[in-house]
Amino acid sequence: MASTAVVVKGAPRQGRARAFLSRLRSGDEVAHLITLLFASAILLITVLLVFELYRNSALAREKFGWQFLSSRTWDPVFEQFGALPFVFGTVVTSAVGLLIAVPLGVGAAIFLAELAPPRISDALAFIIELLAAVPSVIYGLLAIFTLVPLLRNTVQPFLKQTLGFLPLFQGPNYGVGLLAAGIILAIMIVPFVVSISREVLMAVPVEQREAALALGATRWESTWKVVVPYARAGILGSIFLAMARALGETMAVTMVIGNDPKITSSLFAPGYTIAAVIANEFTEATSDLYIHALIELSLVLFILTIILNGLARLLILATQRKGTAHP
Amino acid sequence: MNYRTLWRKSVNAVMFSLTGLCILLTVSVLFFILGYLVWHGGRAINWDFFTKLPKPVGETGGGMANAIVGSAKLLLLATLTGVPIGCMGGVYLAEFGGKTFSFLVRYTTDLLNGVPSIVMGIFAYTVVVLPMKHFSTLAGGLALGVMMIPIAVRSTEEFLRTVPVSLREGALALGASKWKAIATVVIPAALRGILTGIVLDLARVAGETAPLLFTAFNNRFWSPGWDQPTASLPVMIFTYAIAPYEDWHRQAWAAGLVLLGLVLLANITARVVLSRKLTSAAG
Amino acid sequence: MKKQSAFPLALTLVVAGMAVALISEPERQWAAPPPSPGLLINGAGATFPYPIYSKWFDEYHKLHPEIQINYQSIGSGGGIRQVLAGTVDFGATDGPMSDEQLGQAKTKILHFPTVLGADVPTYNIPSFSGELKFSPEALAGIFLGKVTKWNDPVLTGTNPGVNLPGDDIVVVHRSDGSGTTYVWVDYLSKVSEEWKTKVGKGTSVNWPVGLGGKGNEGVAGLVKQTPNSIGYVELIYAIQNNMPYGRVRNSSGNFVKADLASVTAAAAAAAQEMPEDFRVSITNPGGENAYPIASFTWLLVPAKFEDGAKRKVIVDFLHWMLNDGQKLAEPLAYAPLPKEVVAKETKAISEVK
Repeated sequence: MASTAVVVKGAPRQGRARAFLSRLRSGDEVAHLITLLFASAILLITVLLVFELYRNSALAREKFGWQFLSSRTWDPVFEQFGALPFVFGTVVTSAVGLLIAVPLGVGAAIFLAELAPPRISDALAFIIELLAAVPSVIYGLLAIFTLVPLLRNTVQPFLKQTLGFLPLFQGPNYGVGLLAAGIILAIMIVPFVVSISREVLMAVPVEQREAALALGATRWESTWKVVVPYARAGILGSIFLAMARALGETMAVTMVIGNDPKITSSLFAPGYTIAAVIANEFTEATSDLYIHALIELSLVLFILTIILNGLARLLILATQRKGTAHP
Repeated sequence: MNYRTLWRKSVNAVMFSLTGLCILLTVSVLFFILGYLVWHGGRAINWDFFTKLPKPVGETGGGMANAIVGSAKLLLLATLTGVPIGCMGGVYLAEFGGKTFSFLVRYTTDLLNGVPSIVMGIFAYTVVVLPMKHFSTLAGGLALGVMMIPIAVRSTEEFLRTVPVSLREGALALGASKWKAIATVVIPAALRGILTGIVLDLARVAGETAPLLFTAFNNRFWSPGWDQPTASLPVMIFTYAIAPYEDWHRQAWAAGLVLLGLVLLANITARVVLSRKLTSAAG
Repeated sequence: MKKQSAFPLALTLVVAGMAVALISEPERQWAAPPPSPGLLINGAGATFPYPIYSKWFDEYHKLHPEIQINYQSIGSGGGIRQVLAGTVDFGATDGPMSDEQLGQAKTKILHFPTVLGADVPTYNIPSFSGELKFSPEALAGIFLGKVTKWNDPVLTGTNPGVNLPGDDIVVVHRSDGSGTTYVWVDYLSKVSEEWKTKVGKGTSVNWPVGLGGKGNEGVAGLVKQTPNSIGYVELIYAIQNNMPYGRVRNSSGNFVKADLASVTAAAAAAAQEMPEDFRVSITNPGGENAYPIASFTWLLVPAKFEDGAKRKVIVDFLHWMLNDGQKLAEPLAYAPLPKEVVAKETKAISEVK
């Protein structure tokens, strides 16, 4: 029997209490309460996480202040810690990854959304989504034994010969380094770019395409000049999401980046990212200041990913709204 | 056909072929990965791998039995912590949510989703390992469990929302209270989607290495109970891959194949089940 | 309808099967699980002695099947850190703890030497797989980033007759906190004033150049795979991986190769004058045949154990290690402890309460 007891205004207190109790007994309130508790557990955990990160980086924040972000030195012996080499490495490897993944990913998405027949498009999209499921450490495992020797023996000497006038492609050739990390990141983030771009492209109303074709455009012109700009915000959102993912990648990167906190102008040189240095040095940071510096680094990374994720969400939201609000 | 049209038509052909190239490159990467792992890992897998413990450094042979069991224990713990919180949270958002509180919950779920896995490891270290005074399966499982929450929330909420309103209204019309309607009608209707979401979530978390580095740590032996360090497949792959011993490399390939095989199997199964559900719901 | 509902059922059965298997784990008959009640002791630290430690703990486990000593090689820095934090039962390091670090400890931490080992310069020159001779200036110069090519005069000077290539030297060092590093930079600080002021010594330093590898394993792995590279590893890692390693000139002017005799000679003076807490550096010692980059390696054991059972095992293990354990050192190219040190240490074990 549905017990939706109604509370009558001005009813005697005893009546109201009885009404509340009967609602309680009905189980709705209990269910509400239980799920509310679990939902608030999520809030609590997140708050605790941020609090712990903040609290456990106090020594480093007090000692270095904002200089932490601009200092290049990472010296455990003399206890001077600066984040710049790691921010540099993180940004550069992610940038290289995006430079490769975005054209590749958007191109693949265009093929899937515009050219491929629906069943093939679904099948290929499925395969690409499987790529996203491959664990990072397995990418790293493969990269050590395939990508690194390939870079060292073939690709990097080739780049040196042809484009060696650019400082980007100068210097000793190790195989491991910023370029290797950038390439492996590209492979890891391409699935995100492809699947999200494909969806936003397919969501573009067919009238847009038809209108372009009716005006005499070729398929490509219709795609490139009408459809893609229409989905521009969503594609951009996918890029931001991919970037956020790339920033936090740890295992594959630390296995091929060379682990050297230096700022150089060459992609062939070894580098270091925030996530990689934390993975390597956390269990061994011998002084409290050292550990706090590492945790402050993780705070920097956390804030960067929050900003990027936030931007991405706004952009993807903008595409959706555009789609529905279009006259 | 004048000159300009010819140009436009060739651009058309060239650009689309380039996109075809893009898709070819992307897809072939997956096949390359699979092929390479099957080739190297397949040759390295033997019965020892699944049943023996690691041997002392430098000696050949041994296996990763403890890592396989360790990973299973970690995942069990992750499921026990992440799934209830995530699914109940999803139920709250879909069925009960108040306006501001729902916004807060959604926002923090997104926030949690964006936390890099290494940062999650630090969190578990400060909150579990330090007070307990040792590394443990518990710490590793909790770190993985917290990572499972955001996706569990999102997929539960989405699948609950796909249940048609008519179903809910029907239940209520028949006299069920709200919670009864949810528990006996809505959730079962969405159950397949929710379960596959959990399986996908689990597969993702199974391959995570970074959060385990300073929580579950590593162990050359069996790990008794839940409060001791444990070996796990991803950490073993990492340790063995960066070492110089050929035999360790061989075992890393085998472990990689096993891990990837399980992850892909879970993913393919989940997606097939999901797509069947969608077609059956539509048809 | 039936076809579709079989699937979730199958999935549930698989999961249930896994759960049942897990719950019954201790009864599995494969690799021998410890008979209950078993005791698991956790230690972590140096990769320098990892090969001998893993052999020891394996042998000890065979003698006492109910005891498992789980040692993880995460680097000496890690060993120090984790034993200070109390997250492991014992630590291990080849860079002795500083007074400052000892001051951070809540309970007193004791150093127990276990074996003697050596840091060797290992390299990978595709055109040459023989033995190179390194002077102290060469090593310091290479790791400072000042000597950049293999055919630099400081290298060709000590290696007449060897055709060294003009390629760039790829330097490999540790990316983690390491006692092996400590020994290496301790030596460099003694032989190079520039190194001492510019970089200094510690388990983690600000390296002027080079790639970082994780653990001795990581450095050996990188050197093995990277042509024209040079790195420093503990002797056994070079031997086990068939990697060439060079001779180093000692303070008497002789180019000495790291082996049992030269490492034992390096410890000769220290053996006579071992300090009470066993913390001593034996790099660049006197002695005709002494290898200049050798070191003791220590187990870090808290002086007070809450858990009586664990204390008993650790004390028993230490005694075993000083007697039977020492016999296992030589086949793995570690030099056993000098007699004087063993005697002194046996007395010191009683300090573990």
